[in-house]
Amino acid sequence: MKLNLLTAALGLSVAAFATAGASAQTLDTVKERGTLRCGVNTGLPGFASQNDQGEWQGLDVDYCKAIAAAVFGDVSKVQYSPLSAVQRFPALQNNEIDVLARNTTWTMDRDTTLGLAFAGVNYYDGQGFMVKNDLGVTSALELSGATVCVQSGTTTELNLADYFATNNMDYNPVVIESQSDVNSAYDSGRCDVLTTDASGLAASRLEMANPDNHTILPEIISKEPLGPAVRQGDDQWFNVVKWTHYALLNAEELGVTQENVEDMLKSENPEIRRLLGQDKNYGEAIGLDQDWVVNIIKGVGNYGEIFERNIGVNTPLKIQRGQNALWTDGGLQYGMPIR
Amino acid sequence: MSAEIEARSGPPRGARTSSSLLNDPTFRSIAIQVSLILALVLFAWWLIDNTARNLAAANIASGFGFLWSRAGFDIAQTPIEYSSSETYGRAIFVGIVNTLIVAGAGIVFATIVGFIVGIGRLSQNFLIRLLSTVYVETFRNIPTLLVILFWYFGVLSVLDGPRGLEENAFGFYLTNRGLQTPLVLFDPLAWLTFAAFVIGVLAVVVLARQNKKRQLATGERRPILWPALGLIIGLPLITFLVTGIPATIDYPTPSRFNLQGGFQIRPEFIALFLALSIYTAAFIAEIVRAGILSVAKGQTEAASALGLRRGLTLRLVVVPQAFRVIIPPLTSQYLNLTKNSSLGLAIGYPELVAIGSTVLNQSGQSIEVVMIWMTVYLTISLTVSVFMNWFNAKMALVER
Repeated sequence: MKLNLLTAALGLSVAAFATAGASAQTLDTVKERGTLRCGVNTGLPGFASQNDQGEWQGLDVDYCKAIAAAVFGDVSKVQYSPLSAVQRFPALQNNEIDVLARNTTWTMDRDTTLGLAFAGVNYYDGQGFMVKNDLGVTSALELSGATVCVQSGTTTELNLADYFATNNMDYNPVVIESQSDVNSAYDSGRCDVLTTDASGLAASRLEMANPDNHTILPEIISKEPLGPAVRQGDDQWFNVVKWTHYALLNAEELGVTQENVEDMLKSENPEIRRLLGQDKNYGEAIGLDQDWVVNIIKGVGNYGEIFERNIGVNTPLKIQRGQNALWTDGGLQYGMPIR
Repeated sequence: MSAEIEARSGPPRGARTSSSLLNDPTFRSIAIQVSLILALVLFAWWLIDNTARNLAAANIASGFGFLWSRAGFDIAQTPIEYSSSETYGRAIFVGIVNTLIVAGAGIVFATIVGFIVGIGRLSQNFLIRLLSTVYVETFRNIPTLLVILFWYFGVLSVLDGPRGLEENAFGFYLTNRGLQTPLVLFDPLAWLTFAAFVIGVLAVVVLARQNKKRQLATGERRPILWPALGLIIGLPLITFLVTGIPATIDYPTPSRFNLQGGFQIRPEFIALFLALSIYTAAFIAEIVRAGILSVAKGQTEAASALGLRRGLTLRLVVVPQAFRVIIPPLTSQYLNLTKNSSLGLAIGYPELVAIGSTVLNQSGQSIEVVMIWMTVYLTISLTVSVFMNWFNAKMALVER
């Protein structure tokens, strides 16, 4: 709470005292500083969380690393800022971070009135509900009268209100700011239902005292395209983040992996040669080195590898690719061509 | 003082040159004040202008227009009518009301507990003294937030859930969903009972005044307790029975998820209310003790020499004098309690800061929301201060 006020107050003072028109060239600033400042979740297993050694890992964290690899050729040059839902936008607006990779839903409001620019969708999500098995609930439409735990200041909170209102159902909201407090309130029995993005539910279930006692209901009540965001008004930096995302997707499509990227440099396939900067220096156009994609893939692998490593079926979260499969496999992930 | 120095060291008056204007104390003080105000106004203008330009440059919308757009989120505790299709402005207003509710209830309870414990600290009974001391030293030395979290997670969260509850005859249920009590629903005819109550209270006030006048004139004291009880409780009760008991009681009943019906006090409120009042009561107890100790011992001795009993001594001699010492620091404690209620954010009590930060995040209007927060807390605090200053002036020593 203190931190929020601090961030907000900081926003006030930064906006008040900074000289006007100081939208710096973020890429130059990052290069000069030598580290990328990346805003991530305070702790959402699979997306951004710290392991026993205190190292950050997860899908969003790998996006931070990929951008660092593109800029510096080194995945370790990232400074992580764990942010609550309320803190995340002021932190980006006030230049405290360079990129926000914090499972943030891309909405028109955020894209326009908040001065943000979303660079792509690294995870297509939707909001769901989780309940305890002993309630015997099988559908979200049976939840009238239930107490629902939800995180404040999220699109989740708005979808929840809309869903219950349109279905003429009542509910008691319990609105708490940090997701871990929301989870523990649900686990302790303060609420009957926990709601957040379906991926977040899968992650939260792992934190429950007994994960097997909880069921995720089949209804998905919203579109939650999650992706990295930057500040408006710096097209070069926007391009760096956007094309890092597309490079990861194209690499998967062309079968370029962390393991075979060195061999692929000798490939005759013109698409692979373009992706890896063998024929033309595409990196130059966005202020990066010729081997920017090679560095990304060496650092974190392609999109598919990031997905499987952090949230895929072989991880505790056991999430299928589903909508997040490549377009060639019937999913929604579509990398714009690099040429 | 400065005029004297000038008279000694400056040029003689009357023969004033243009440079001596700077040495004129009246001119100098006016000039300094005017330029200071000018500088402040300029600084404020620059601050506002620069903020607006920076926000525009960063493509961030600004202004208070967002207060009239649809909020879209629900609030757990709505003392006034509110739904997700109301506006952000209405949502913030709900937050203000919730802040006032918990602060008001907290102030009353903290004052009661504080006075009891403060007097207990001076008790002649060793056990009462010890317990009071332990209370003060414990709660005064723990941060407020921890006390709040203790009540919420340590006490209320570990209670049983509402499912599989045994029904009890009284209809009171304390679960991890809060305290659920029966609710009395009044029929239209019940206004007669309320009218009887009001008449009873007015009659007691009149009676008390007459008694006092009589005592001042004749020295005779008349008992007031029993007639007062009869008028305040008896009269409405009789009216209530005569009009045919115009009320029904709504008992909470277990349903699939929660207890339905009755009156619900949510655990977030209970935790915040208890924590704030118990924490502040520890400070109030010390203030009360200090106030009582500040009354000279001779006053007590004089009172007992006149034959007043201990209770009367306390009520008529010690407490009125102690109040003059107690009220000013008590005001700061009330202000502290009100401002500490913003910690309700940590457990999800929907007060001003909690709802404000939701609005801030949903609308992105951080500067505006921070300004609203500051204005509201300033207004509440100044109102409490003004009231307490008035009360203090009323209680202050009237020299005769």
